[in-house]
Amino acid sequence: MSALNIKKGSTSHSAYELRDPNAEVIEAHTLAVIVENEPGVLARVIGLFSGRGYNIDSLTVAEVDHTGHRSRITVVTRGTPQVIDQIEAQLRRMVPVYAVHDLTAEGPSVQRELALVKVAGKGEARIEALRLAEIFRANVVDSTLESFVFEMTGTPEKIDAFADLMRPLGLREIARTGVAALARGI
Amino acid sequence: MTKQMSGARMVVQALKDQGVEVVFGYPGGAVLPIYDEIFQQNDIRHVLVRHEQGAVHMAEGYARSTGKVGVALVTSGPGATNAVTGLTDALLDSIPILVISGQVPTFMIGTDGFQEADTVGITRPCTKMNWLVKDTNRLAETIHQAFHVSRSGRPGPVLVDIPKDVQFALGDYTPMEKAKTDHYQPRMKGDEAAITRMVEMMETAERPLFYTGGGVINSGPGASALLREFVAATGFPVTSTLMGLGAYPASGKSWIGMLGMHGLYEANLAMHGCDLMINVGARFDDRITGRIKDFSPHSKKIHIDIDPSSINKVIRVDVGIVGDVGHVLEEALHLWKTRGARVNREGLAKWWKQIAEWQAVKCLTYKNSTKVIKPQYALQRLEALTKGMDRYITTEVGQHQMWAAQFLGFEDPNRWMTSGGLGTMGYGLPASIGVQIAHPDALVINVAGEASWLMNMQEMGTAMQFRAPVKQFILNNERLGMVRQWQELLHGERYSSSWSESLPDFVKLAEAFGCKGIRIDDPADLDEAIKEMLAYNGPVIFDCRVEKHENCFPMIPSGKPHNEMLLGDADTQGVIGAKGAVLV
Ligand SMILES: Cc1ncc(C[n+]2csc(CCOP(=O)(O)OP(=O)(O)O)c2C)c(N)n1
Ligand SMILES: [Mg+2]
Repeated sequence: MSALNIKKGSTSHSAYELRDPNAEVIEAHTLAVIVENEPGVLARVIGLFSGRGYNIDSLTVAEVDHTGHRSRITVVTRGTPQVIDQIEAQLRRMVPVYAVHDLTAEGPSVQRELALVKVAGKGEARIEALRLAEIFRANVVDSTLESFVFEMTGTPEKIDAFADLMRPLGLREIARTGVAALARGI
Repeated sequence: MTKQMSGARMVVQALKDQGVEVVFGYPGGAVLPIYDEIFQQNDIRHVLVRHEQGAVHMAEGYARSTGKVGVALVTSGPGATNAVTGLTDALLDSIPILVISGQVPTFMIGTDGFQEADTVGITRPCTKMNWLVKDTNRLAETIHQAFHVSRSGRPGPVLVDIPKDVQFALGDYTPMEKAKTDHYQPRMKGDEAAITRMVEMMETAERPLFYTGGGVINSGPGASALLREFVAATGFPVTSTLMGLGAYPASGKSWIGMLGMHGLYEANLAMHGCDLMINVGARFDDRITGRIKDFSPHSKKIHIDIDPSSINKVIRVDVGIVGDVGHVLEEALHLWKTRGARVNREGLAKWWKQIAEWQAVKCLTYKNSTKVIKPQYALQRLEALTKGMDRYITTEVGQHQMWAAQFLGFEDPNRWMTSGGLGTMGYGLPASIGVQIAHPDALVINVAGEASWLMNMQEMGTAMQFRAPVKQFILNNERLGMVRQWQELLHGERYSSSWSESLPDFVKLAEAFGCKGIRIDDPADLDEAIKEMLAYNGPVIFDCRVEKHENCFPMIPSGKPHNEMLLGDADTQGVIGAKGAVLV
């Protein structure tokens, strides 16, 4: 007989508690991470997410200050409030990270994503696609007799909605940039 | 004016400027220019190891026992990959070390060149920060920054990867003072309002407890001194994690012993029962908390940590104070004194009475024997015979490590080097050499298990070559003891591969290395043998044949709360919750 009352020959043997004891509501947060634009820094930030099992819904990055060599990473992640706090703390302590802003927590923000959407079709479907694109304020940036490429910006939800509408009309391909976001006001 | 020099010379110059006295390393094609520079100077000593893992653990031992950054030098490819375990070990235990690795020349990177490995890629998750330096002009500054990052804030391992052409090329040397470090300046001072909350809570708590960790050691001897002063002034009990042993002296009046999975009964029950927990530089590791849901259910919790990500990571606390332990303790102590140095005397008296009852259980009691050496007895004798000596202890990983933590007393910080977070078998022998190199005249003992010890035993060659008289105190149970214990308790006594088969003859092995070997299996001979080991002026391999099936108690099985502790073999026979689990 063993300590945990496991009989000889038994297979119940996990010593670890496998359930997440702090399961709570999952929230999506948009974080702006200002980093030194050096090789490997993006990998380090992404490695934090994969290594610690955090989610990335969307990620964009570009140098935003050429003289100061600073890049802005916009990452949309989700987790319980405790996990979100932990993600921010983990990001903040990274050596090449200058600042972390939780745009979801810090007040209202604007979020935009750009998408290129290729739709192929003829006749009625083609006309309907064009009509819907107008409603969504998508621009035609390429066209052939049998296809369009639309360009649109908007919230991820708006792009999702547009893509859903295009699907039955001949959606072929979609390219999305991921979210860029800024806090509203000064 | 900046000085022009080769990249290789810059490495040596930067190390000198940083006050480095010794580098642990192993040469190879991609670091030959640096070795050439090392050859042509006498300020920095190079210790040639036998395996790069050894070099990194030596650097860790050196760092942990001195508070300085330890330095290791390895070649590209296999040299760098061999360093990964040590880097991860240092990351989990917050040990400041710098690994310098050679790399294939810049124009060959990405071609799968000979001994090319993506070293910065491989080591990114196991370093606090790492750099691949492609321009000699940036090399010196990067090394200075690496030292700064390694020792600032929560200390940790850093790596600088240097392609061979960068080592040969000439460039401008950036002196230490000119290196840009301002963007990484972790916060040292704690928030005033939070410190005030802490002091208020300390004034009224009925059952307060200091729970201290490796952060106190990392903060420096000043932090340990402040902790001692604070504890003495308040009369609060103090417990510590494995990593924090020595910050408060084992002989101190308020010491209630180590806590955690193999911690003392009184310490764990105090954690469970306290109403105010003051976490000073510890991180609520799972070996400490047991089942999170039931962890210290009735306490308000204060957490002082220099790393903001440690606060609320595992356990939600009532007051989080981000700052250096030394700074925060100093301010808290000052504030507490100016407010009248108040504590809840009545509550405290009752609390100590309760603790005394727990202490009376004498949880470390074991059944001694006149026929076989009990590992606990061996350590008690080692403790008795080395008391008062200028002593440093390292350990390997396993039962012996836990017994060492239980049965040896640490009076000062930086005297206890053990792999806590990663639990790296093979750490202790090289770490002991690193410690001995830093403290040539001190007594350095590695308390080892035979299985762990074999993992890096090649480093005995290093000990011999560099005259490091380290004592390898092997508690030889011919078992992967800790594994065997878990199999007994949790896997229905199916002892799958937990025997140490075909062990070498340790005395002959010692002779083969040219040092002294001692074998002993009779408890009656123990004292004489230990004295012989201590008297020998050189490395000793001490093969202490101990009881093979001894279990290490107390034990909180993983995922169990503190009050479901197993106290001894008798407990393991029945159902937990009956006699064995003494509820608070
Ligand atoms: C590198 C490594 N591999 C495996 C383990 C798992 N492990 C933990 S303790 C242990 C047994 C150690 O045996 P020994 O060194 O003889 O010490 P004892 O427990 O017998 O005192 C093992 C295999 C580990 N901690 N590190
Ligand atoms: Mg063993």
